[in-house]
Amino acid sequence: MSRENSLVSAQWAEDNIDTPGVVIIEVDEDTTAYDKGHIKGAIKLDWTTDLQDQVRRDFVNKEQFEALLSSRGVSNDDTVVLYGGNNNWFAAYAYWYFKLYGHQDVKLIDGGRKKWELDSRELTDELPERPTTTYVAQEQDRTIRAFRDDVVAAIGTQNLVDVRSPDEYAGRLLAPAHLPQEQSQRAGHIPTSVNVPWSKNANDDGTFKSDADLQALYEEVGFDESKDTIALCRIGERSSLTWFVLQEILGKKNVKNYDGSWTEYGSLVGVPIALGDEPGDA
Amino acid sequence: MCGAKVGGLSVEGINTTKEAVIQGQVLRGTGDDATPVAGAYVRLLDKSGEFTAEVPTSATGHFRFFAGDGQWTLRTLAPKADPVDRVVQAQTGSVAEVQISI
Repeated sequence: MSRENSLVSAQWAEDNIDTPGVVIIEVDEDTTAYDKGHIKGAIKLDWTTDLQDQVRRDFVNKEQFEALLSSRGVSNDDTVVLYGGNNNWFAAYAYWYFKLYGHQDVKLIDGGRKKWELDSRELTDELPERPTTTYVAQEQDRTIRAFRDDVVAAIGTQNLVDVRSPDEYAGRLLAPAHLPQEQSQRAGHIPTSVNVPWSKNANDDGTFKSDADLQALYEEVGFDESKDTIALCRIGERSSLTWFVLQEILGKKNVKNYDGSWTEYGSLVGVPIALGDEPGDA
Repeated sequence: MCGAKVGGLSVEGINTTKEAVIQGQVLRGTGDDATPVAGAYVRLLDKSGEFTAEVPTSATGHFRFFAGDGQWTLRTLAPKADPVDRVVQAQTGSVAEVQISI
């Protein structure tokens, strides 16, 4: 993969709002953001209700994903163009999710909703109408999704990239600081994981840094090109953005996103945890 | 602004004894002519300048963070304005109110 195949500019998105075969989709942490205004023609996916199983902690299954996209009028051969707030955290999560179910042509709008707003580009509250389709998903691509046993096995043997803020990594905060801190799980990080906050991938306006800057960022923390990689954060959305950088922009091989992330790992019984700013030992 | 509470956002429903709240309002201009800025982006930087969180302001220009004890910087980005940095101290059990003019 490369930047050209996976990322489009806000200008490209604006120029292609009416292009047949292009479906713009907003996915936000704040699931009401779309309703207050969105890119013309864009549809909404709600990550809490559309993309999560409503009973178990897991994603919707293949059949549910097919039914979802069919009802929203998305076809297999459409170019899916994702954007969202919070510097594209949840749009990147949706990008990874679409790839998990085998959608071929997916792109992220560089800078997401923030860049769009800071550019003073138009938002509308008009709801688009799209005829239903018959969407067919693939089985989940497990080569890009890590589970807890994969993560425990990776301690000391793979690149573990924890993308939370330094205070969350060190155990001084339990959640991003726009959320209440009362949580049941333990604080800290997985021993041997390095801390590369997701924000180091992005400029202030939410766009990604240059390939050279991104490459240097991971070299600085001793990223080992010969090893497989797992990215994690708190619930798997910020780490989707880092997964996107590592695999889709920089083209690194065998990168997985751990969507269980700290809310799962920090609640497991008997696993090792490191506190403080250093990775710690295996 | 209709419904806006003098002194900042209501903290009803928040256990302020356990949280180090930083909250406030973004305004364009100063004094009596100041107007709330909806959809500005306020980011919370830790003492090393590293990004910790970011929120868009509400329709009334308000924002809120749940930080930890210590010194933080609020960096505000808005259309047609230069970024503004403000240093703030947070402490568990208290609410730090910050008014930001762009």
